[in-house]
Amino acid sequence: MKESIRYLSLCGLLGYGYSPVSLENALKLELDFIGVDAGSTDPGPYYLGSGKGFVKPLQVKRDLSLILKEAKSRGIPLIIGSAGGSGAGPHVESVLKILSEIVREQKLSLKTAVIYADLTADFMKQAAAGHLFSCGGSPEFDPACIEKLCHPVAQFGTEPIVEALKLNPDVIVSGRCCDTAVFASFPIWQGFDPGLALHAAKIAECGALCARPVGANDSLVVEMHRDFFTVEPPNPARTCTPDSVAAHSLYEQPDPNCFYEPEGKIDLSGCSFEQVAPRKVKVCGSRLVPAEKKTTKLEGTVKVGFRSVTIAGLRDPSAIRHLDEIEKGVRAAVAESANFVREGEYSLRFLRYGLDAVTGGNEGLPEIPPREVGLVIEAIAPTQEQADALLGLARSKALHQGFPDRKATAGNLAFPFSPSDFSGGAVYEFALYHLTDLPLHFEPQIMVIE
Amino acid sequence: MRLYDEAFVCRSKNAGPFQVTIDLMFSSAESYRKVLDSPNFTREKIAPLYQIAPDRIEIKPFERILTIKVVLPRRHGSGSPADTDVYGSQQHFPLGNLEI
Repeated sequence: MKESIRYLSLCGLLGYGYSPVSLENALKLELDFIGVDAGSTDPGPYYLGSGKGFVKPLQVKRDLSLILKEAKSRGIPLIIGSAGGSGAGPHVESVLKILSEIVREQKLSLKTAVIYADLTADFMKQAAAGHLFSCGGSPEFDPACIEKLCHPVAQFGTEPIVEALKLNPDVIVSGRCCDTAVFASFPIWQGFDPGLALHAAKIAECGALCARPVGANDSLVVEMHRDFFTVEPPNPARTCTPDSVAAHSLYEQPDPNCFYEPEGKIDLSGCSFEQVAPRKVKVCGSRLVPAEKKTTKLEGTVKVGFRSVTIAGLRDPSAIRHLDEIEKGVRAAVAESANFVREGEYSLRFLRYGLDAVTGGNEGLPEIPPREVGLVIEAIAPTQEQADALLGLARSKALHQGFPDRKATAGNLAFPFSPSDFSGGAVYEFALYHLTDLPLHFEPQIMVIE
Repeated sequence: MRLYDEAFVCRSKNAGPFQVTIDLMFSSAESYRKVLDSPNFTREKIAPLYQIAPDRIEIKPFERILTIKVVLPRRHGSGSPADTDVYGSQQHFPLGNLEI
């Protein structure tokens, strides 16, 4: 059994880029594998719902095209987690398509292990019968939406990726998985301590975000040892310090002292961080408390309609003062004219930048009204055609809506663009963000891309 | 002094689609202590700033790096029709404006 392994986290998110200097330096080292995470729910529900990536194919292609040949020539696996961003079937397919393009251009042949994370409607019915538990503040699951779920996926842990590694592939393209699974699977497979492996993976999945200056768009080298691990950015412009690495456990986590993965709770309360080289930090003391019953997080979205928006500015002080009345007038006028959509089936929203759009009115209005206000008017309706028509009505009413002491009687809004209105496409929301205690199994499939 | 001026980092971000966490980082132990000990820095005082119930707020001190984490439920899921901040990255200020 190896005493240590070394791996490269390419960057914080596949497609966000990394420095060629980092790659060059990292490739001077002996590496056991290269990993890169592609997943996030941060950009919102649209991407899982629509099957599209929040990172564009050309960005993903750039990041992969520099590394594929290097990994292949060294005989080490490249592991891509949560392919395509949300990791559902269409996202995985999009990454396979990009790999095919690179393979063709660079004349490679890739033995690829593909793991799909998609859930069937039958599984969801079974899960909804008492096997779904809210997590991270999610509201209770509504079984009525099972049939409407777009691309429900499981965010699996290390097991499927370990299974894929056993098949000795050049590349693993994994559907939705835990960020940690990308980097912890290989060490756990090789018998390294799972608490350390998962903590190291948690840091590695963000690339050089644990370094200073922070760099989600840069690489990190991790060395796993039997009772500690080290992290060091291969880019000499960045440095890891005990504080920068310790602080990383705060990032996007509700608790800095522990985090939860399908494998169990990773307790960081006994961790220590030590500077062992000018830019390198050693971490020990992370501990896995195995879960009594294994749970897996599931994600899914439902489509709630289609969006249309317009963007405009206001400068007239009286119009700014009377925005409430303008909005009220517009709503009444739209309700009167919109015979093409039923009341209650559409929504209108006025986002007033400069007044209260960002914190949603939590803070009240500013004491002194701003000189200018940015206004976004949004309509959401069952079809795009209806949303566009509603928005058209709302926009023209808002432009001409009267209010007390109106002096600028020619128009209330400054539109920066012609056309003024934008069709926003489908609108989704997260309907499934729950843990299940049902067993799940995801089988890697081997395909050769050449 | 406002919390925003006392902290050297005051930031918010999603922790999943239904929670926002606010990180407050301090440059000295005195500063960190002062905030934690302030009678204004309580769940009851933070609740009205976000119009949520006090028992839905969590305050998690992390002394190792002089940081306090505040976890809040989102009123609307990230990116859902009524949401105003998909990444949750501009929700720190109502708290930052709190007098310590």
